[in-house]
Amino acid sequence: MTTVVVALYIVAFALFIYGLMGLTGPRTAVRGNLIAAVGMGIAVLATLLIPGVSNWALIVLGVALGTVLGVPAAKQVKMTQMPQMVALFNGVGGGAVALIAWVEFNSTAGFTGEPSYVMVASLFGAIVGSVSFWGSLVAYGKLQEILPGRPISLGKPQQLVNALALLATLACAFAIGFGSDAEVLIIGTLVFAAALGLLVVLPIGGADMPVVISLLNAATGLSAAAAGLALNNTAMIVAGMIVGASGSILTNLMAKAMNRSIPAIVAGGFGGGGVAVSREIGDKTYRETSAADAAVQMSYANQVVVVPGYGMAVAQAQHVVRDMAKLLEDKGVEVKYAIHPVAGRMPGHMNVLLAEADVPYEQLKEMDEINGEFNRTDVALVIGANDVTNPAARNDPGSPIHGMPILNVDESKSVIVLKRSMNTGFAGIDNELYYSPGTAMLFGDAKSSVAAVIEELKTL
Amino acid sequence: MLLANLAILVLAGFVGFAVISKVPNTLHTPLMSGTNAIHGIVLLGGIVVLGNAIGHDLTVFDKLLLVVAIAFGTINVVGGFLVTDRMLAMFKGKQPARATSQKGAQQR
Repeated sequence: MTTVVVALYIVAFALFIYGLMGLTGPRTAVRGNLIAAVGMGIAVLATLLIPGVSNWALIVLGVALGTVLGVPAAKQVKMTQMPQMVALFNGVGGGAVALIAWVEFNSTAGFTGEPSYVMVASLFGAIVGSVSFWGSLVAYGKLQEILPGRPISLGKPQQLVNALALLATLACAFAIGFGSDAEVLIIGTLVFAAALGLLVVLPIGGADMPVVISLLNAATGLSAAAAGLALNNTAMIVAGMIVGASGSILTNLMAKAMNRSIPAIVAGGFGGGGVAVSREIGDKTYRETSAADAAVQMSYANQVVVVPGYGMAVAQAQHVVRDMAKLLEDKGVEVKYAIHPVAGRMPGHMNVLLAEADVPYEQLKEMDEINGEFNRTDVALVIGANDVTNPAARNDPGSPIHGMPILNVDESKSVIVLKRSMNTGFAGIDNELYYSPGTAMLFGDAKSSVAAVIEELKTL
Repeated sequence: MLLANLAILVLAGFVGFAVISKVPNTLHTPLMSGTNAIHGIVLLGGIVVLGNAIGHDLTVFDKLLLVVAIAFGTINVVGGFLVTDRMLAMFKGKQPARATSQKGAQQR
């Protein structure tokens, strides 16, 4: 590598770090992202300046393909589908590491004559990259609802099968390590690691998916750093390791916000042994209400707290919700929004949507801030949120979500729940809130329900 | 060379830990998406190996794999940064007002 390349790499590192620092603050985030992107541009440019680079046509072809596929995907994806898009982008990054490791194996005849650290780092990259690719695809499938969101588990043998997949992966890798150069071994490593990725993510319930994506993100970062070690490329080492480290911290922050531990999420699937996952709902009754009743109830309230969830995102109801809140405010009702850290399918999901609808920032209250206020709230309007309002998290030690901090919606004087049907939430468990005497259900698509409430409010 | 690279690895790890200290919940998703874009740096790996800068012989199949790897890496980079930007753009509308009001409060 020439001095120019190294110098440009150093500039790129500085921009990555500066950009990431910007991304942690609300006012500097947009600029931070841009700065990091510029850093990436410089790193790519510098790499192309490495003396002796050939196969230009193929390199351009790869970059062109990636751009043609990536740009429209990123530009056209709906805000509600953002989380799965991040999972997908993360997955292809891991896939790239795995493929590079595969080629490394082929082009060196099974790492013959290479220093052992090159082999170890390449094999690490192959395994982690493959796990990340397939795990991310499962996360994508679950969030996109191609796969069911509830945990898909083998039950008791799950842990054993996972362990076997891990052993098989390591066995293939060690066989390569002890000098074998059979192509089948590197393919075996990649395939068993793929199985491991699928097996680990499939039993995890949708509610934990944000943490899983963040964890896989950190893993891809580490695999990129390993690939950098193998290829003696400092840019990859630095950028990959920064992502690996910052991604781990971020995963921890997210898990904390949900009161879940990372080992519990990865090892057990949601709720471990499936205790009390589906309890009888047959004899429980719920009360249905109409848009007219809901409008009257809210217009005579002193304080209404809106609790948005994934249902609001899917229905794209944020704009009508804002309009409804304005009407209520004109009638002298105080309107606030209670934002659970993991409402929707990602932290910050609701903030993004409500900000898009021009909801004043001051009205968005975080969980700790709003939980003390529910007991003097007249109406809590739950729009397509489910698990984050489930009192079982507080009361029922047998519940899979027990211990997760929730919005204490049940403490308010009355609750109106906007929901499409009595189906369970993403965690696949029933919500006793709906059967409480103070709760009324308003069935239908969130957008049309709120629109109906607006019509009724106008006539009052 | 290995030792120098390992030293870089360890130091980069500490930088990564240090950068992420306090992040508001609101920014968890954009931050995850931003770091996600950065590990698209694997694109460089594809370029280095396919560009033959390290002097290995490649079969047609290897080249095919590498083109896919470069495409994957590019998707990761380009898509990642664009998606992050779109997420953050959602905050923009009200952000200036808030920023100025905070500034005003500090001055007073």
